[in-house]
Amino acid sequence: MTATTTSDRSDLSELGRSEATLRAFLHGLPGVDQVGAEQRAAQLGTRSIKTTAKAWAIDLAIRMVDLTTLEGADTPGKVRALSAKALRPDPADPSCPHVGAVCVYPSMVPYAAEVLRGSTVHLASVATAFPSGQAPLAVKTADTRAAVAAGADEIDMVISRGAFLAGRYKEVFDEIVEVKAACDGAAAGLPGSPRAHLKVILETGELATYDNVRRASWLAMLAGADFIKTSTGKVPVAATPPVTLVMLEAVRDFRDTTGRQVGVKPAGGIRTTKDAIKYLVMVNETVGPDWLDPDWFRFGASTLLNDLLMQRTKLTTGTYSGPDYFTLD
Amino acid sequence: MSERVAVRKTYKLFIGGKFPRSESGRSYLVEQTNVALASRKDARDAVVAARAAVKGWSGATAYNRGQILYRVAEMLEGRRDQFTALGVPADEVDAAIDRWVWYAGWSDKLAQVYGGANPVAGPYFNLSAPEPTGVVAVVAPADSALLGLVSVVAPAIVSGNTVVVLAAEERPLAAITLAEVLATSDLPGGVVNLLTGRAAEVAPWLASHADVNALDLTGVTDADLAKSLEEAAAGTLKRVLRPPAGPVDWTADPGTGRMTALLETKTVWHPKGS
Repeated sequence: MTATTTSDRSDLSELGRSEATLRAFLHGLPGVDQVGAEQRAAQLGTRSIKTTAKAWAIDLAIRMVDLTTLEGADTPGKVRALSAKALRPDPADPSCPHVGAVCVYPSMVPYAAEVLRGSTVHLASVATAFPSGQAPLAVKTADTRAAVAAGADEIDMVISRGAFLAGRYKEVFDEIVEVKAACDGAAAGLPGSPRAHLKVILETGELATYDNVRRASWLAMLAGADFIKTSTGKVPVAATPPVTLVMLEAVRDFRDTTGRQVGVKPAGGIRTTKDAIKYLVMVNETVGPDWLDPDWFRFGASTLLNDLLMQRTKLTTGTYSGPDYFTLD
Repeated sequence: MSERVAVRKTYKLFIGGKFPRSESGRSYLVEQTNVALASRKDARDAVVAARAAVKGWSGATAYNRGQILYRVAEMLEGRRDQFTALGVPADEVDAAIDRWVWYAGWSDKLAQVYGGANPVAGPYFNLSAPEPTGVVAVVAPADSALLGLVSVVAPAIVSGNTVVVLAAEERPLAAITLAEVLATSDLPGGVVNLLTGRAAEVAPWLASHADVNALDLTGVTDADLAKSLEEAAAGTLKRVLRPPAGPVDWTADPGTGRMTALLETKTVWHPKGS
């Protein structure tokens, strides 16, 4: 399929100066071969991963999970319980690794922080009027600063799909830059705290075409995203393998062009170990082992973790496990 | 004009209301007919289907379950010739249909007979009600291909359980034909899942499966296998129906033991006031 042409390392930092330069660059990206992308993603999903490779993949996938709860009904108690689960996903097996991060709403960050303090589990918070992103910029940056001040070290922001689809790329670009600035803990009144990682949610289910996904990916990376994430999980179409493939190619080409590595996070709709392993195969085949690490690839999921734990238990005990033996969350 | 070539039938598994081949692609020959040879992964899939069906089936009203089971008996009646063509004696087909109707009638009577109000020393209503145990794995008996199978499946599902049943290895054709009856009689997919193959290969996976709640070993003839299956079942404290000590007369009055063995009793205390 068509890959983005890569020249020598080039400086793209000037692209965000004006609407015209951004548009020229984004519309100059080669189009995505839709049939090719879907076929390639389907083909990579047919690999058979067994025994020791499967065990390795399951442990890696557990370490990559952003254990998420984003419900209006979230309570401090639920968030504490989820955070405890993030630290020790399988209390019956000390060799089970902890997950990558916990992902909650900004108002729930303090409760998760209580439990996660001192651990290496990251604390992600959605911000910027998640999930619609339809709020004034000042509200979005305030939302972000509040989450960072409360202890979040990763921020999952949503782009303004309305502005993007209307072609106002500069507006989306500037918003990401602003939110990125707000991710700086020192600016939020926490001197000495590290800058929070910024994950930019493209909400690919609303972008309509793979070409738009590729453009949005590049736009987010140019504006300084540390991670690009597929979806909020709040619209019917969430992460799909072809969309993730297009985004993986974008981060690969971006690193080839600028030297900066950006992570990818598919979120929503990934519920089984089989699905997760298909994504890992795709990562390995598309961008290589550099991305097979929780710092560079994450799964936004909630029910996936229990299935990973059940499969892990099957491999360690030799008998099939059941959902009765894992927490409901 | 060339002679017509008849379509030969491959007998497949029955999982979640569908008739898939074995995941392993294997089959074996019974009476010159290909029958799918189930693997452990088919058993795994069957348990997933059975578990998914528990909520709807156990949540249906007892009356509704009875109606659906009665409908199965109606459909069995219409397939009588098919069973006799497979070598099932006509009187066994009759007995199997009668047995099915008999169990269907129990669906809205179990709670009255095996539940009820308990006298307690206090101002409470105290009520016990039988509830299904969940997913039941069954090894069907080999000595009676149809009546024996009906006699182990019907008592398990009448109370709201769902089953994964391993048909007798040497006599699976009547079992799959029964599955075809079930598939066309309003029984929700996944309530009965039928595997054909070797008990020694598949049953241990069901016995140790943490998402199976009870194990019926009626069709296990090998004492060592029965013992190891019981031991595996103990790992998650499953209810176990042991294999019968001697030959079973399947035409005799079955009693209610098979139904009540697969029930849990829920007791509720309710304040009476004054």
